[in-house]
Amino acid sequence: MKCDVCDAKPASVFLTQIVKGEMQKINLCEDCAKEKGVTDPTGFQLADMLLGFGQGSRVDAQPKEKACPTCGMTQTTFRKTGRLGCAACYAVFGDGLDALLKAMHKGTRHIGKVPAHLTRLLAEQAHLADLRSALDSAVSTEAYEEAARLKNEIAALEHPQSP
Amino acid sequence: MKFSTLLRRPPEWMEHDGPSRDIVLTSRIRLARNLDGPSFPGWARKEDRTAIMRELQPRLENLSGMKDCFSEDLANLDPIRKQVLVEKHLISREQAAKSAGSAAVINREQSLSIMINEEDHLRMQSIRSGLDLVAAHAALDKLDTELEEQVRFAWDQRFGYLTACPTNLGTGMRASAMLHLPALVLSDQVNQVIQAVNKIGLAVRGLYGEGTEALANLFQVSNQHTLGEKEAEILARLEKVIQQIITHERNARRKLLEDNPQKVFDHIGRAYAALRFAHIMESKEALTHLSMLRLGSDLGVLPTSEARLIDTLLVEIQPAHLQTSAQRKLSGPERDILRADVLRRRLHHLPEPDMSACSSGPEPAPPA
Repeated sequence: MKCDVCDAKPASVFLTQIVKGEMQKINLCEDCAKEKGVTDPTGFQLADMLLGFGQGSRVDAQPKEKACPTCGMTQTTFRKTGRLGCAACYAVFGDGLDALLKAMHKGTRHIGKVPAHLTRLLAEQAHLADLRSALDSAVSTEAYEEAARLKNEIAALEHPQSP
Repeated sequence: MKFSTLLRRPPEWMEHDGPSRDIVLTSRIRLARNLDGPSFPGWARKEDRTAIMRELQPRLENLSGMKDCFSEDLANLDPIRKQVLVEKHLISREQAAKSAGSAAVINREQSLSIMINEEDHLRMQSIRSGLDLVAAHAALDKLDTELEEQVRFAWDQRFGYLTACPTNLGTGMRASAMLHLPALVLSDQVNQVIQAVNKIGLAVRGLYGEGTEALANLFQVSNQHTLGEKEAEILARLEKVIQQIITHERNARRKLLEDNPQKVFDHIGRAYAALRFAHIMESKEALTHLSMLRLGSDLGVLPTSEARLIDTLLVEIQPAHLQTSAQRKLSGPERDILRADVLRRRLHHLPEPDMSACSSGPEPAPPA
C-alpha cells in the first residue's frame, strides 16, 4: 500500500481516528508521517490533515471505498480515468461493470479466443462439473453404485497422483 | 533493422494489391494484451514499466514473424522519428507521447508492429493491402499464439483478455479498414453512410484514428464491440458492411460521371495542375488533391499504375517525413515549400489527365 500523501513510498503508519462519530483512516509513509507530525499524537489532528489536503488530492476519507488489493486502484480513480489498474481489478470491480459493458459491447461474456494452455484446463473443469451433477442426481435417485463410481472418477481427476 | 532502413523500405502492403485496393487502402487488426500480474502501463510505476519492457522486447524480437525487425525504446527516438512512425501507422499518437519504459517492435515488411506499454502492455498490429481482414487477423493470431506459449496473458473466463480500458475487453481486437470515399464525399452522401454504420455498432474515424479529421477523403471503419462476439463473427460483420460501403462508393462514382462529369473532371484537373505546378502547399490541400488524383487513376483518366505512387505520397508529404528528408527541423512555411517541391518532382512524369479515357468521359452530346 502506498502513502496517501506522497503516493510514492510504501505506507508504514496507519492512522485511525473517530471524528464526530465518523471513523477516518489514513496511511502514511515514515517521512510524510514525520513531516505531518503524526508521530507526536498531542499535536496532530487527522481531521485537520484531511481538510488541509483539500481539493484534488488523492486522500480518501471514506473507509468504505472499494480498492484493488493488488494494485491499489480505487473506485473513484477508476470512475475518473475509465481505466483499470491491473488484471486483478476485474475481480474487485467486475461485478459493477455489467451495465457499462452492456452499453459498450454486444454481450457481457467473452466467447472468443481462449489461450491454448487454458483450453485443456477449461475442458477438464467442464467435465468435472458434469460428473458432479451426475453424482448429485445419482445420490438423489439412490443409485449408490453409480454414485460410488462417479465419486472415484471425480477423485481421480481432482488428485491425479493419488492411487 | 535500422531506422534508416525502415524509412527507405516501402511497407509490404504498399507493394501488393489486395482485394478492392482501388477503394480499400489497407486492412488492419489490433490486439490488446496484458501480462497477468503487473499493473497496466497507465497505473504502473516507471520502474515496473521498464521491467516489463525488458522482459517482453527480446521475446518479441525472437518471434518467427519478426526476424530482422526494427526494435527500439521510445526514449531513444527523437520526436521527429516518433512522428514518422505515427505517419506510417506503425505506432499510435498516444505511444509517440511516451518515452522511457515504452518500445516499438516492427517487422521488416512493416506488416506486423508491436507497441510495448502503450495503454496496454502489448498492442500488436497486423496490416494488409486492400480488404483482407481475415488474412490480417490470421497473421496476428499466429504471432499471439506463439507469444502465449512464452508468457501468461491476463485472461478471464467471463471477460476474456483483460485490458486497461473496458472498451477493449474480451477479444481485445480492433479490426479496421482504411477506405477512400471521394465520390460519397463529393455527392454529400458520406454522412448518411457514417450514421448508418454507427447505428450498427461500428465506428468511422479519420485518417489517424479517434478524433482526427477525414483528410484525403480517407475513412477508417472499425468494430466498436470486442466482448460477447467471436473474432470471426466481428470480422465477417465488418467485412460485409465494408463491402456495402464499397458498392455505395462505386455507385456514387458512376452516378457522378453520369450526372455531372464536368464536376469530377474539374476536380481532377485542378488537383493535377496544383500538384504539378504549385510552389507552396499545405498538408491538407495536398491530401485533398492527392485524393482527386487517386480518383482519376481509379477512373482511368490517369494511368492506373500510378495509384501506388499516390498512396506513397499521402505518407511522404506528412510533416515528419518531410523533415526527415530535409534532415532538419522545418517551420510550417518551410514545410509547405518542400512539400510542393517533393510533389512536383515525384509527379513530374505524370501525363495530363485524359478525360476521354474514362468510360463515362465527355461524349458528343446526345440529340435533344
